[in-house]
Amino acid sequence: MVALTPISRKPVSFYVPVTAAAGAVAGLFVGTANGSGLLGVVIGAVVMAALAFVLTKVVRNETISRWVTLIGLAVVGYFMGGIPAMLIGAAFGWFFGWFVFWLYEGRYRAKVAPYLTPGQVLWHFTFRVICGAIFVFLITPILVVMPLSFNAENFFTFTPEMLRFDPAGYSLKHYKDFFNSSDWQGAVWNSLKIAPAATLLSVSFGTLAAIGLSQPHVPFRRAIMAVLISPMIVPLIISAAGMYFFYSRVGLQGTTLGVILAHAALGIPFVIITVTATLVGFDRSLTRAAANMGANPVTTFFRVQMPLILPGVISGGLFAFITSFDEVVVVLFVGSAGQKTLPWQMFTGLREQISPTILAVATILVGISICLLTVVELLRRRSERLRGMSPG
Amino acid sequence: MKFTTTLLASSAIVGAGTLAFADAHGNMAKEMTLVSWGGAYQSSQDKAYVQPYLGMNSDVSAVWDESSAEAVAKLRAMNEAGNVTWDLVDVVAADAIRLCDEGLAMEIDADEVLAAAPDGTPASEDFGDLLVSDCFIPQIVYSTTFGYRTDMVGDTPPTKICDVFDLEAYPGKRALEKRPINNMEWALLCDGVEKADVYDVLATPEGQEKALAKLGTIKDSVIWWSAGADTPQLLADGEIVMGSTYNGRLFSVIEEQKQPVAMLWDAQVFDLDGWIIPAGLPADRLARVMDFVKFATDTQRLADQSQYISYGPARLSSAPMVGKHADLGIDMAPHMPTDPKNAENTFLYNYEFWADYRDDIDAKFQAWLAQ
Repeated sequence: MVALTPISRKPVSFYVPVTAAAGAVAGLFVGTANGSGLLGVVIGAVVMAALAFVLTKVVRNETISRWVTLIGLAVVGYFMGGIPAMLIGAAFGWFFGWFVFWLYEGRYRAKVAPYLTPGQVLWHFTFRVICGAIFVFLITPILVVMPLSFNAENFFTFTPEMLRFDPAGYSLKHYKDFFNSSDWQGAVWNSLKIAPAATLLSVSFGTLAAIGLSQPHVPFRRAIMAVLISPMIVPLIISAAGMYFFYSRVGLQGTTLGVILAHAALGIPFVIITVTATLVGFDRSLTRAAANMGANPVTTFFRVQMPLILPGVISGGLFAFITSFDEVVVVLFVGSAGQKTLPWQMFTGLREQISPTILAVATILVGISICLLTVVELLRRRSERLRGMSPG
Repeated sequence: MKFTTTLLASSAIVGAGTLAFADAHGNMAKEMTLVSWGGAYQSSQDKAYVQPYLGMNSDVSAVWDESSAEAVAKLRAMNEAGNVTWDLVDVVAADAIRLCDEGLAMEIDADEVLAAAPDGTPASEDFGDLLVSDCFIPQIVYSTTFGYRTDMVGDTPPTKICDVFDLEAYPGKRALEKRPINNMEWALLCDGVEKADVYDVLATPEGQEKALAKLGTIKDSVIWWSAGADTPQLLADGEIVMGSTYNGRLFSVIEEQKQPVAMLWDAQVFDLDGWIIPAGLPADRLARVMDFVKFATDTQRLADQSQYISYGPARLSSAPMVGKHADLGIDMAPHMPTDPKNAENTFLYNYEFWADYRDDIDAKFQAWLAQ
């Protein structure tokens, strides 16, 4: 169907202004970086409009045009700001070379349904551009951190050496710092002790609570559920202050056990929510069948129910782990210096001395988080596959 | 019911464990929790007196808690909860005065608790005027002053505090602390007020308006900082031409990180930092901390600290012993805020004035910031 959409060359009055608009956006960024956004917009629009006209009406050969644009803008970039600007210029050149002919030849129409009005086609592409912009907005802060963590200096600064891609501008010293400092290693060790213990407690209690609350005959189910989920809703600082005074009285403040219990309380809601969601798809006739075969409730749970709800339990456990591993407010109250966790160390380090060691740690943590989320996603797919196979 | 029982039982076990621990080792606790600011300053304390002390008392251990910035609030909460977990807290003098007034810090007799100078001068004379509160054990004199980018000021680097307010000679952003203290004094000084009259003028509403109006002339070019690390970062980035921060931070930027930055010592404001002992410590922990603090604030130890950071020792008798930087091998004396060449024109943080006027001027300053 789609392939039948007619493709035709477009008039100058269409593609030149559109290219000019795109050039204005690009010019806004380049201009802002060089001091004047407005001037950048004007220059970008004029240059790109002229380029579009010349390429389609004078040069005409697409391959040559695209290479000329790419190399030309790369050279311009090189003279404006050295090698990094050259790469950016080349990227712009590649994009505009492609963009001009994409519009001129009418190729943009090829992949959309033939019955769409021009307005709908415009929206089709605008929507994609907006999505891309949101994605860039969300991901850029994380991406900026990564190269900075290889900085050879002790500041959050892209030094001239780094921008020239000079190897002297890069170093692993902040990673070394992280692995050699007793403060950081102590914090990692504390986090690795506290987070798994808290996760274990959250998963055990959360799973039991979810199974209990999914029984139709339990009274006040909604009220109990609301109470159990409240740590997620109550502002963290309130829970933390309350825990601080209570734990101080019972002698748990400043102990590892206290921090573990506090983090378990924060993690339980995540486990309850994910396990309850999995239990919706759980076929209760299976437990009756197991009982019919003579299995007691405990055996039924471990042999029949648990394997089927395992993806929910594991993803809840991962959330509980991340909650504990990332948590800074409660541990500042409930813990004392002996329980300093990784986020606590990052918090004080960032406040008292802006050292790129934090960026190195952040990069490592982003890596770990990506791994954990990949696991969650794989488990979710597995769970969906299983649910598709289960009867009913 | 069952849960409560378990909880009480477990807490009883924890409590009993702590008691047994303390009893088994005589009358001095074996563990100290020291609270400080983190960073280079804390590490200078660690190297100059904590590690030597632990070396002499091999059965003792020390834990650092980087919570000095919120020490007042945390000590209040600990006191309310009846669970003071800190043994020795490093605070600026203004906080020490507040804590002492609230009864959260222990009053001490300097001559009894602290070591005398090597020549026998009693501690109260050796520290002199720096004992600004009955609870306060001074360690260092630091100053809040300006640093500037040497590559962004042309051929005539700034030499006077008023150059900060001169946008024509030194265009570009400046970093100032996001609070009225120091900024108001500097503004009045550069608005033609005599140094001796600054606090008299600042006590009047017209004087406060005058100071804010002077700050208003550069408001659009100011980046406001709240952590001591902000200005060094901004200077290293070249985001600002000049900025105020603690002199030790600037020393680190200039001498350790080798950034193109220089000091502007004119009208630097001296302030003090030191220990307080929280009120209400159990006898064994108190005995340990007294033992430690006597060692940590003696003449030699305070002089040793200046090998690691460019803050002046609080004892008169330590001053002649200031030597070279431990790693860089440069003379530390010219980098001290108290060095005669740097201290030609100085302020001493006026504790009484700011204790009386701080809330009022703070409110006006914040309102002015938001305009």
